[in-house]
Amino acid sequence: MRIHFKTSYENDIRLFPDRWSFFVYAALVAGAIILPWLLDDFFLGEVTNVLIWAIAGLGLMLLTGQTGQASLGHAAFLALGCYSCIILMEHGVPFLLAFPLAGVITGIFGTLFAIPAVRLHGIYLAIATMALSILADDIIVMLAPWTDGVSGKFAPTITIFGLEIERWTTPDRFYWLVLVVTILCTLAYRNLLRAPLGRAFAAVRDSEVSATAMGVHIAFTKAAAFGLSCAITGLAGALMGFYAGAFNNETFSVVISISLLMMIVIGGLGSIHGAFFGAIIIAFLPQALSMASDTIGGLLGANNVAIPGLETGVFGAILILFIMFEPMGIYGRWLKIRTWFELFPFARKDMFKRQKSYLKTERLR
Amino acid sequence: MSLLEIKNATLKFGGVVAVNDLSFSVEEGEVYAIVGPNGAGKSTVFNLISRFYDPYSGSISFDGANLLDRHADAVADLGIARTFQNIELFDHATVLQNLLVGRHRHRKSNMIQELLFTPRVRREEHVHREAVERVIDFLDLQPYRNKMIAGLPYGVRKVVELGRALASDPRLLLLDEPASGLSVEETQDMRWWIDDIRKQMGITVLMVEHDMGLVSGVSDRVLALADGAKLAEGTPAEVQADPAVIAAYLGTGAV
Repeated sequence: MRIHFKTSYENDIRLFPDRWSFFVYAALVAGAIILPWLLDDFFLGEVTNVLIWAIAGLGLMLLTGQTGQASLGHAAFLALGCYSCIILMEHGVPFLLAFPLAGVITGIFGTLFAIPAVRLHGIYLAIATMALSILADDIIVMLAPWTDGVSGKFAPTITIFGLEIERWTTPDRFYWLVLVVTILCTLAYRNLLRAPLGRAFAAVRDSEVSATAMGVHIAFTKAAAFGLSCAITGLAGALMGFYAGAFNNETFSVVISISLLMMIVIGGLGSIHGAFFGAIIIAFLPQALSMASDTIGGLLGANNVAIPGLETGVFGAILILFIMFEPMGIYGRWLKIRTWFELFPFARKDMFKRQKSYLKTERLR
Repeated sequence: MSLLEIKNATLKFGGVVAVNDLSFSVEEGEVYAIVGPNGAGKSTVFNLISRFYDPYSGSISFDGANLLDRHADAVADLGIARTFQNIELFDHATVLQNLLVGRHRHRKSNMIQELLFTPRVRREEHVHREAVERVIDFLDLQPYRNKMIAGLPYGVRKVVELGRALASDPRLLLLDEPASGLSVEETQDMRWWIDDIRKQMGITVLMVEHDMGLVSGVSDRVLALADGAKLAEGTPAEVQADPAVIAAYLGTGAV
């Protein structure tokens, strides 16, 4: 068991609580950097996909896990980020400018969307954002002069200082690009969590009444959460476009929104780790399922039999099982396992049992 | 001039008159208690001061400024902090984080600076942390610093909520039933803390409380409410001896 002997406030403020965890994360980043030399192109592509989903997950985590505002509309913001980045590049804006601009544009739209959305709570907000997700499809078709509607668009090759980055011809460079964006987004998220705004997000999530009494402006804080969340999601959307290579109005469907929300619930709401764990499940499960059904189909002598709805069914089952048995998600389970080893043999079975929360002042709202 | 001045405040919920033409003022540096039977409108008065409710008529001013010009989230900026009857903490955050939210009115950095965690944000964090640590020392919350609220017993939560209010360096502290649900020892602690808050920190305290032992122990003046209207006002002894107060609490008629 490691004991943190804190000698200054800086121990709690800095990114890594101790040297050990710094080394763990440094090793993780180093391992991620050398990954292209260890994996073949197919698996590298899959890992890239995981990272892109993780960025999108961080975006939604900020809004849903951190600020408590459920959103089923994030596919629309993925689409917005994707289209704005690629349309900008088609007009000759270099990637290094178009990419952050795509984030900014999506963030601004997210903030605008927050103006009606801050008045909605819980399930109503989820319905409103879901409508946005469904509308996005039609809007993309209606804006065909810019978006090429149903026929779709092809992602151009990224050029950074003369260095060409393309998902199929240079998967390693594309992977590193995604890795850099992932690390920057994670750092920004982490910074937010240790700063007043991040705490205000949590305050809004847990009790709007007392957040107000402490001087937190609810509408502004929610709008900031929407803006930041959508900006990160927009970046992920742009990367998704480059990853897919081609996309049209149906690429960013409401199913993507639902997968995103499922992903952060399975991963563990309210934690950075949760976004990554969830992304691993969401991105690898379809592959694992198709491999498994191939193997089983091969054993039964029936080749290439696709079972309709298998993927959705398994996702649904996993989600239900998590909500029933591990509401804290994979990250929650991870914490329990780690604590068990750290305290061995003194861990108790009910250490993570929570007392039920006391009556809340609901009548003020 | 009084620190807090409420004049002829009336609040109606439909046909129910929750606060009826109520006037009182709280002087700087005193402990002022509001007592009254259930449903007398005590918490409603707090919610008026916090600007959760708009009064139907009347005025509320704090240190000469009109409180009614401000939104609920701007009340804290004036230096008014409060606790809630049913504990409104941020359950899925640690005690430390809860207390740091109390510092929100002293936030000086903007979003971009916080995303980059600039040296300025870092310096501010140290200042906030130091202020919060003073509160932790004052309220003996050291063992709970990094504990999640969701796992804490009721009595500790009550103290954390007081701490969160104190962390904002208020001029006026509104305590909504600080001793409700506390044991005898905890109530005794609360009494000393309220005394110290007034004497050492110079913070004016306005509290709603049912425990008459606590009220008469710490408060300078007491206001008795019934059905949203003023019944009696004065020192604890005067109010307790007031026939109208006795009637409101115990009823009248032949025994």
